[in-house]
Amino acid sequence: MLKSESLIALGLMGLSAYFMYYAVALPIGWVEGSGPGGGAFPFWLSFIMFLASAGILIKSLRTAAPSEPFFDPDMIGQVASVMAALVVAVALMPLLGTYIALPAFLIWYLKFYGRHGWVLTGSIVVGTLLVLFFFFEVTLRILMPKGITEPLFFPLYRIFF
Amino acid sequence: METLSLLADGFAVSLLPINILIVVIGVTVGLFIGAMPGLGSVNGVAIVLPLTFIVPPTSAIILLAAIYYGAMYGGAISSILLGIPGASTAVATTFDGRPMAQQGKAALALIAAAVGSFVGGTISVILFTLFAAPLAEVALAFGPAEEFALVLLAFTTFVGLGGDDILKTVVMICLGLALATVGLDMISGQPRLVFMDLPGFYAGISFLVLAIGVYGIGEVLWTIEQSKTAPTVTPAKVTWAEFSAGLRILRRCWKTMTSGSLIGFFVGMLPAAGATPAALMAYGIARSSSKSPETFGKGNVEGVLAPETANNAASTGSMLPMLTLGIPGSPTTALLLGGMVMWGLTPGPMLFIEQPDFIWGLISSLYTANFAAVIVNIALIPVFVWALRMPFTVLCAVVLVLCIVGGFAPNGKMHDVWLILGFGAAGYLLRKAEYPLAPLVLALVLGPLMEKSFRQTLIAEQGDVFAFFQRPLSGTFMVIALLLFLFPVFKRLRDARRKPSLAE
Repeated sequence: MLKSESLIALGLMGLSAYFMYYAVALPIGWVEGSGPGGGAFPFWLSFIMFLASAGILIKSLRTAAPSEPFFDPDMIGQVASVMAALVVAVALMPLLGTYIALPAFLIWYLKFYGRHGWVLTGSIVVGTLLVLFFFFEVTLRILMPKGITEPLFFPLYRIFF
Repeated sequence: METLSLLADGFAVSLLPINILIVVIGVTVGLFIGAMPGLGSVNGVAIVLPLTFIVPPTSAIILLAAIYYGAMYGGAISSILLGIPGASTAVATTFDGRPMAQQGKAALALIAAAVGSFVGGTISVILFTLFAAPLAEVALAFGPAEEFALVLLAFTTFVGLGGDDILKTVVMICLGLALATVGLDMISGQPRLVFMDLPGFYAGISFLVLAIGVYGIGEVLWTIEQSKTAPTVTPAKVTWAEFSAGLRILRRCWKTMTSGSLIGFFVGMLPAAGATPAALMAYGIARSSSKSPETFGKGNVEGVLAPETANNAASTGSMLPMLTLGIPGSPTTALLLGGMVMWGLTPGPMLFIEQPDFIWGLISSLYTANFAAVIVNIALIPVFVWALRMPFTVLCAVVLVLCIVGGFAPNGKMHDVWLILGFGAAGYLLRKAEYPLAPLVLALVLGPLMEKSFRQTLIAEQGDVFAFFQRPLSGTFMVIALLLFLFPVFKRLRDARRKPSLAE
């Protein structure tokens, strides 16, 4: 079994290789009279990163695994579920609209994950919606993605814009 | 004398009612962010930065600087009342702040922290005012070669003095610099590192996206994992008697506060050091120079004063290289620098000539921010006691939503929001594996400057690498940078030579 430390070092090595693969599209060598080409900076920096993470990998393979696990077994489920909920919420933003995706996330997070009452959950959801609309859309003129709920906002646009 | 008149002009800007209001709002927001366990100045600035488009640049940076200050004051609050540092910069404050609270002296500890922060902040702002203009004048002579050497120097301080695993530091610096090259090559104009041909990468990766991901989402994930056991809040009631008793004690401790301020200011200027080590150093010096070092760690008020003066002084100190040289002294000032670039200002010595209103308005606002912070801090102590009882999930929910919306707002692209989630998860994992995140953020902010100055110099010098060593200033910086880089190697060699002799 590989330790998490080694896996992360491997991942970073993979990432730097991926960067190098993209960097070679531009000249990475020395252009006579004008210094490095356009791909040189990303390529050689990724190269150093590759070597350094390889060093971390070698070091981690040599040392014994730490006694305590990398993730706290009681909490990792919670961290993962919050991350998953965030991914779902962001994926829904352009489809169902920000004004459905973010309240849904808040209700899940506060009511079901945080086990708060409906009053607290409801007031934070309503407060967030009001701030979103009046601060971002009306004041800053930043239109949040609305997806299929866009037509519902036409009357509001008419009032505030 | 000239400095004084410039400062007076600055006060004409910062004492405008709108800017006073902004300072008060900023320090209040900062105090709350700082007081929340886990969230510090860098998180506050990262989350609020996208919302500052609403006000002109001068007011925006005054707001962010006020949040920075407020968070430095606020960090002490949860260190004392919960025993958990409100921000990493307030770690040293828990050593004596927590014992004081347990002995029923929470109010005194809070007052000492606030007044200490004020003294540290004020002394360092005076130093800042004295040093800023001369340093900017020196920096005016800088060409691309000096700029490159200085950025290199900033990164090598992380390697030589950072105290983290050197290989991991190198990985983080290179990763940040490589991410900074995404987008269009500034010299040839060709696209590069456009991953998976996604159009979003043509515009490059904004420092804001990385900062919100790492310091917003990543921080919340990290805190969720740490929040297994709910902490208990120690009650604190501030009365006039306590307040005047506190001030009397403080009069005795001017020595601790002065040394804390000086350590903080000068350590804060170094990119790799900053407020956390400055506070720890100030604590150590206060203890070793004390007449009764055994009382430290058991509730000595000087153990609260020393780190609190130092961390506030450090936050001012870290702004000095950012404003005068364009090289940030801390992750938070790296974000301020990124913000200034976004608002169309180029940080560095030219600001002192082209935008004196902006610079001196900002510097003078640091004085008003200190006044506002100490008053708001002491006045709102009951509110903080109440707010710290707030369930942690409520705070996390609001921060997560702000991260998503704040990431979307500047460019209106879902691409950025996805990147934020990715950086958040990656930042959480890297932090767990003890990779330092500050050099990553600094590298992304400084990457474009580093590459541009390097390539400009080489184009001007027809590809002669030794150009960096031939100019006196850049040569000096380069030599110091190389020595710093080699410092850990020397240290290891020395340790290796010592070990066998010990074994014999």
